[in-house]
Amino acid sequence: MTVTQSIDCDIHPAMPTTKLLLPFLDEYWANQIVVRGIDGLNLASYAPRLPLTARPDWRHGDAIPGSRLETIRRDALDGFGSSLAILNCLHGAQATFSEDLAAALCKAINDWLVVEWLDKEPRLRASILVPMQSPELAVEEIERRAKDHRFVQVLLLAGGDEPLGKRRFWPIYAAAEKHGLAIGIHAGSQNRIPSTSIGWTSYRFENYVAQSQVFQAQLLSFVMQGVFSKFPKLTLVLIESGVTWLPATMWRAIKIWRAMRMEVPWVNRSPADIVREHVRLTVQPFDCSGDPQEVERTIAHIGSQDMFLFASDYPHWQFDGDDPMPKGFSPELARRIRVDNPLATYPRLKELVS
Amino acid sequence: MSEALQIERPKAEVKLGIFDGDIHPTLRQTSDLYPFLEKRWVRHIEEYGFNYRGHPFDSTAPLYPRSQPALARRDAWPPEGGPPGSSLSFMRSQHLDPNNIDIGVMQVFSPTVSAEPNHEFCAALCTAVNDWQAAVWADPEPRLRGAVVVPQEDAAASVAEIERLAGDRRFLQVGMAPRCIEPIGKPRFWPIYAAAEAAGLPIGLHVSGFGGHATSAAGWMSYYAEDHPASIQTLQAVMTSLIAEGVCERFPKLRFIFIEGGWAWVPSLSRRLDKQWERFRTEVPHVKRPPSEYVREQFYYTTQQIEEPEVQAHLRDIIDQIGWDRMLFSTDYPHWDFDDPQTTFKIPLSKAEREAIFRGNARALYRL
Repeated sequence: MTVTQSIDCDIHPAMPTTKLLLPFLDEYWANQIVVRGIDGLNLASYAPRLPLTARPDWRHGDAIPGSRLETIRRDALDGFGSSLAILNCLHGAQATFSEDLAAALCKAINDWLVVEWLDKEPRLRASILVPMQSPELAVEEIERRAKDHRFVQVLLLAGGDEPLGKRRFWPIYAAAEKHGLAIGIHAGSQNRIPSTSIGWTSYRFENYVAQSQVFQAQLLSFVMQGVFSKFPKLTLVLIESGVTWLPATMWRAIKIWRAMRMEVPWVNRSPADIVREHVRLTVQPFDCSGDPQEVERTIAHIGSQDMFLFASDYPHWQFDGDDPMPKGFSPELARRIRVDNPLATYPRLKELVS
Repeated sequence: MSEALQIERPKAEVKLGIFDGDIHPTLRQTSDLYPFLEKRWVRHIEEYGFNYRGHPFDSTAPLYPRSQPALARRDAWPPEGGPPGSSLSFMRSQHLDPNNIDIGVMQVFSPTVSAEPNHEFCAALCTAVNDWQAAVWADPEPRLRGAVVVPQEDAAASVAEIERLAGDRRFLQVGMAPRCIEPIGKPRFWPIYAAAEAAGLPIGLHVSGFGGHATSAAGWMSYYAEDHPASIQTLQAVMTSLIAEGVCERFPKLRFIFIEGGWAWVPSLSRRLDKQWERFRTEVPHVKRPPSEYVREQFYYTTQQIEEPEVQAHLRDIIDQIGWDRMLFSTDYPHWDFDDPQTTFKIPLSKAEREAIFRGNARALYRL
């Protein structure tokens, strides 16, 4: 079993239309969805037709790639030989302005994930979609799901209206820590503020490239705000971040921390040590040219082998061919990335779920 | 820090004059600009003052309280009074002479005139700051050269200012603030790039500006410890915009200098751009070559503030990827995070590498 184990920490089921959620909504919200025609809430960050959103051979003629269990089973689970895979459902429920609508949709999507995916395929696990617009309602959703150990993580979008390390979000982290759930931040944005500090970009190309800068800002926010000092058992997973931006960010964080620790006294050790202990990154995409040396160099610069998590980012088009593992990881490290690191990051994966 | 800097330092290594891409001269007081302004604008300053976008305070106080008063080295306050960077004689005796600065490029941010939203006032301020740089600094001290500060949100006024000073060797580059209202590669900025290219002036982008947007890509942060590194995210967005909008393709002779924004992030961004360019190619057909080629040809970086890896040797990996011919030494005098030319590089440099970074690259770039 151990030999063939491989855990894919980022695949994307698509929830194509709110019509599918009607069985999971209470009477009021089901009525609202129908009467007001509330639909079309796919995130702009991953508009279904974008080349990025699905590799051509994984589209299967579907309007919304990733919306059928059988294709995910064939392409991702069987295709990459994954013994387990974590579903990260990216959806505009996390971007609506109404906190109540967000909470209702997230709850329904989580129910839908249980019934349509987790119950039907034992290799699947999932992240809890939470209404990050309201930390209070997000905590309610975490509490509702926590007892189902097939949920292993709380999912947040990288681009919101404020840095996620801010204290108003801390109830989410308290709940996650309490239940042994990781916090996963995935690329993508509510698009309330530009994904750059210089305004709205012209092209989706720029906007997607800018996601790695959003991750840089979020990581600094978590560290400098002292999230990990307050929640010492919390793990933060940066999903689809690009990875190779990390060393420069760590070095800069160390330098400013040396100078400014008087401002953030709760950051009581090197930001690099904090990051290595608490932060994990999925390996697709891994921003490099394909030269194995670049991967080796990045690992050396980061100074850790524990931080990387195997992930395909299926059906997003990040790589060609059948192997999501970027070139440059030694066989031993590749095994750790496929198995040991995910199990350490998501302790719930070790449990046998009946 | 101040005591250490008073120790006499060995000068042998810097016997040949060195280049400093980032020196901050400062107004003693706002009225220093009055000789260079029409009466109307003098009165405007006294009645209305400066008005930065997204700035909540009735002063030029930084958005995030910084580490030191005036952002300065504690020993940089001139003995005759005035703020750090305001005395030419003290700048000579504390920095230019002992560090053997041959050519230093001035970056004026007190005040940040290009961020003034009143467009006529902004243009008048930029002209005044440029005339002040020339008359008060470059004329008496030819080692100091200016950056032509432009009212960048107003391309026509910016072009006029560049053309007014084109050919004046007291100015080595055009100075723009990376933080602007819209990404700086957009077509409305192109006339500025055309004028700079025609004048043979590179564009210097020193981290700064008030575009009205949150200074990080994730929104408004709480601490200077977050805001300071966020300026690096800004430069990544600037590089992306200049490439994605086709500025690099359209103005192949134009060069950009990123000042005080670090550079260890460049190889990663360069590869991310290449990879996603493949994916989004049909959206940006005007970007004809892999972005990394534009990065390699058209961008330069001042060294301060240099990244300090946990293993110092890793710095070499980064410069190897960027190119040793792209690095321009800078000190950031008189600011608190000043880099001393004697101690900045904690990795051994070969004679050729040292020569390139401290002198040769600047001479080639500016045709000195």
